[in-house]
Amino acid sequence: MSRTLHDVASGTLFGVALNYQGLLDQHLAAFQQAPYQKPPTQPVLFIKTPNTRNEHAGVVLQPQGKRLQPGPALGVVIGERASRVSLENAMAHVAGYVVVNEFSLPEDSYYRPAVKAKCRDGFCALGPQLVPRDQVANANQLSLKLWVNGELRQENSTANWVRDIPQLIAEISEFMTLHPGDVLITGTPEGRVDVVPGDRVDVEISGVGRLTNQIQAETPA
Amino acid sequence: MKHARIRYEHEIHAVTVEADNAVRLSDGRLLAEDQVEWLPPATGSMFALGLNYADHAAELAFTPPTEPLVFIKSVGTYTGHRQVTWRPDNVAYMHYECELVAVIGKAARNVKRADALDYLAGYTVCNDYAIRDYLENYYRPNLRVKNRDATTPVGPWIVDVADVPDASNLTLRTWINGELRQEGSTRDMIFDIPYLIEYLSSFMTLQPGDMIATGTPEGLADVVPGDEVVVEVEGVGRLVNRIVSEADFFSARKEA
Repeated sequence: MSRTLHDVASGTLFGVALNYQGLLDQHLAAFQQAPYQKPPTQPVLFIKTPNTRNEHAGVVLQPQGKRLQPGPALGVVIGERASRVSLENAMAHVAGYVVVNEFSLPEDSYYRPAVKAKCRDGFCALGPQLVPRDQVANANQLSLKLWVNGELRQENSTANWVRDIPQLIAEISEFMTLHPGDVLITGTPEGRVDVVPGDRVDVEISGVGRLTNQIQAETPA
Repeated sequence: MKHARIRYEHEIHAVTVEADNAVRLSDGRLLAEDQVEWLPPATGSMFALGLNYADHAAELAFTPPTEPLVFIKSVGTYTGHRQVTWRPDNVAYMHYECELVAVIGKAARNVKRADALDYLAGYTVCNDYAIRDYLENYYRPNLRVKNRDATTPVGPWIVDVADVPDASNLTLRTWINGELRQEGSTRDMIFDIPYLIEYLSSFMTLQPGDMIATGTPEGLADVVPGDEVVVEVEGVGRLVNRIVSEADFFSARKEA
């Protein structure tokens, strides 16, 4: 991780699940059934613990006997403390953007917190650099692309967000302060793919950057 | 020995705690309990357990889990001893949860149960408040229930491992306004601390300052602004907190 990025984005990593309409739509029928009963009414949030931090060109380890999936996402780095901010003022609390690869084991359920799937060492790559807010004209129109060994495997647009950045900041900061350096990971679209040791994984977000990681096998304990 | 973090005259100090909860600064000064602002004694991630007491699991009409139900809290939700927690307006049920907390002392990865205590810095206490109105069935218990600003009192201090000979036989108690409302024993834990360290460290590295909040026994009740809520774990600590209204909390914060 570049020095600047590391200094600025040193806070808590908050993830938002199910924030792409296509992904949510895939599950809507199931979300009417047990154990969910009804679709979520609030942002579905999770925490990537500090041990998950990884950097541009860093190695991500595939756990023994598990499937590993990259999660292309736009990261929003908080610049000013945000507590109970309005939609109109939300963007003033954003310092900038970073490309995130939010690695996870496959999730067959959203019912319980996905700690075992998402909080493994090195499972949250951020980089290569922080792009200041004003350098991105419209965060709601960015293309996300995932390449595995140079082959395009997943593609989507932030135009398909369920909630955009102001909505997320307003709803989250109602109950929980976002602090400078916190990163809001705005979600991974539908169509997660599997990667295996030896793969090179790139996430590119238009105007924000291209984040590269290498997959290796975890050696047995 | 008991180790705490306090703020005094705008500076943060690591202190030791003596008789009557007086704190000793590194320069030798001794300050009374009410002269200082008590801070959470650790600030790492908190791995909190749901449904980890046989009795509490039964009370909520769930079958006890076969694998630990772990959720994560981040630093913004912690507050210290003798601080306030806010009850949101227009909610029906906000309850306390008295819990024994294990504090990690050194990086732990693939640790076996038998060695687990070597990785502890000590024990503390937390009050893992929940606003049940906000429960949703996605990553349950969700952050809006469990990761609210200043809604997880932690402390008052960390007590050394050696000072707690048997962490699996401690009484937990909660009082509201002096009235005993919750009482249980850590012997009723489903997954004990060594098991939880082995479990978590089997797939991730626990970091110094991380905490494992081990769940709460039966005896939950609603709390309202004005209530003094005291949670105590025998031999570890007695953690005091007061409930304030949403308006009072945010207006006080604006002035600060």
